[in-house]
Amino acid sequence: MSKQPKLSLGPILYYWSRDQVMEFYDWVATSPVDIVYLGETICSKRNLITTDDWFAIAERLTAAGKEVVISTLALLEAESELKRLRRICDNDKYMVEANDMGAIHLREGKPFVTGHSVNVYNGRSLELLAKQGLKRWVLPVELSWQTMADIQKEGPDEVEVEVFAFGRLPLAYSARCFTARSHNLPKDDCQYRCLDYPDGLMLKAQDDTKFLALNGIQTQSAHTFNLLPELDHMRELNVDVIRISPQSRITEKVVGLFHRCLTGEMSLEDGAAKLERIVPVGSCDGYWHGDAGMEDKAQAAAMKMA
Amino acid sequence: MELVCPAGNLPSLKVAVDNGADAVYLGLRDDTNARHFAGLNFGPAKIAEGIKYAHDRGTRIFMALNTYPQPSGWERWQNAVDQAADLGVDALIAADIGVLDYACNKSQELNLHLSVQGSATNYEALSYYKDHFNVRRAVLPRVLSMSQVQHVIDHSPVEIEIFGFGSLCVMVEGRCILSSYATGRSPNTYGACSPASHVEWSETPEGLETRLGGVLIERYAKGENAGYPTLCKGSFQVEGNTYHAIEEPTSLNTLELLPQLMQAGVKAVKIEGRQRSPVYVEQVTRVWRAAIDACSENPEEFHAQADWMAELGKVSEGTQTTLGAYHRPWQ
Repeated sequence: MSKQPKLSLGPILYYWSRDQVMEFYDWVATSPVDIVYLGETICSKRNLITTDDWFAIAERLTAAGKEVVISTLALLEAESELKRLRRICDNDKYMVEANDMGAIHLREGKPFVTGHSVNVYNGRSLELLAKQGLKRWVLPVELSWQTMADIQKEGPDEVEVEVFAFGRLPLAYSARCFTARSHNLPKDDCQYRCLDYPDGLMLKAQDDTKFLALNGIQTQSAHTFNLLPELDHMRELNVDVIRISPQSRITEKVVGLFHRCLTGEMSLEDGAAKLERIVPVGSCDGYWHGDAGMEDKAQAAAMKMA
Repeated sequence: MELVCPAGNLPSLKVAVDNGADAVYLGLRDDTNARHFAGLNFGPAKIAEGIKYAHDRGTRIFMALNTYPQPSGWERWQNAVDQAADLGVDALIAADIGVLDYACNKSQELNLHLSVQGSATNYEALSYYKDHFNVRRAVLPRVLSMSQVQHVIDHSPVEIEIFGFGSLCVMVEGRCILSSYATGRSPNTYGACSPASHVEWSETPEGLETRLGGVLIERYAKGENAGYPTLCKGSFQVEGNTYHAIEEPTSLNTLELLPQLMQAGVKAVKIEGRQRSPVYVEQVTRVWRAAIDACSENPEEFHAQADWMAELGKVSEGTQTTLGAYHRPWQ
């Protein structure tokens, strides 16, 4: 019989006010999530929460019984960023989510998780990283369940797999800040405009189709990747951890629905219907099924049934 | 400083060699490299012929094997490494750590370069590739400013190659999946960005529309020059404004930075464009050869000559060129 997957909360990908972050983690301490990823992964200029603050939040959440992982910056350019990275990788108290090969280099020999921006596309890569300290890998979001299953088959048994199962998809990173660009501001003088977009800034095609969400130097999908309807399938595939990526307003409800569906208190059909009502813009799940990421296979199947 | 030029076929390889490339890079005819386009690239016989042509004239050949294999296709990448070793290419340019691991175990002779698709933007990452695969050179993503490039070189355990000219990725290479979000195919998985198979052109009352995977990328007024709908170079709406929200359809040209690049210790400059014609390869190679020679001889007096810039302007994507991230305000 397959074991019950754990529920995790990914790092906050947006720039929220200090109060909002603190309130969010106060709630997280009481929530049913098992694992919490903490830290700034997008932009080193976002400094309302310092590295010290993140460690303090980590301590509180650990005391509340959560497994805490400290996440590192995905795009490392400046020496100041490497300095912060070294401090995180040197820590012996918490697991580290490496989001760049530089972090893996600094963390080698100690336990780490690879985030979705580290390209693990085959079993040989997984095997190599396992020798270097990898305990868990997050499936790169463009890979399908079939590829994940193939990699699991080839890779070492003891490495856990985590699936990004809810949230706007992280699609690209750039040296440019698209939020600053939208305000005609240079990145060096961005005036922290991303504080105004706690779920990203909507980008639409010229025919008004909502397409992407700009989050500073990161580009996300406008649609929300949503694998709640796939929970049973993920359990069958021996997925160890199911990740929810925080959104500013709905995360508490989303966690509640995933949790109730996992424990069997709520049927997947009910959970999916309730979730669909609160998902901004709409769901997508194409990547999981080996298709274009923006496709919504669950919705297409439901339409066909109807 | 070396000049590394692209070849998507044998005629391009020959003109690159004839016009002064120090090395020519190429790929196989499948999804194992990031220019997986119909009718492009090399089969085994042509590669052998190309290598002979180049080696007879003192030019080196690099093979790009820079996409990310999934388990179902792993054998193709493994065979490609074996082929590269047998053919005696001068370097294998790879990105995936599984491929690099296989290659460095397969042959001590294989000279490994880290592809730009490996997304290494800092020297700690470069140290990882050096320590584990004995990578000798790395190609930096087109996201670093000149001072950041300098800083990487000052601390890097490997030689640094940078992109000097050609199409410009605004995103960190190897970490952009916008293309597969719209089409199911990305540089990582398929070796192509914004693949032609998913492009539609249609005349509408609003003008000529180009779509990628059904998403409207650009709308052209009558008489306006229409370009290829590369996803990140489209016009989109953000808060009521319609503009190139991610990047203008410009291309990279760092010719005027040559003295600084040399001073910084950049080992090689790479020209983008394996998908371009032999005419493009010939013109760009000739201009860059002349510029590098002039700059090596007298860096203080170097300036980008007007005729060079005009020649390069003619073959650039769109009509504009940019210094890209090397020029800090661009960031």
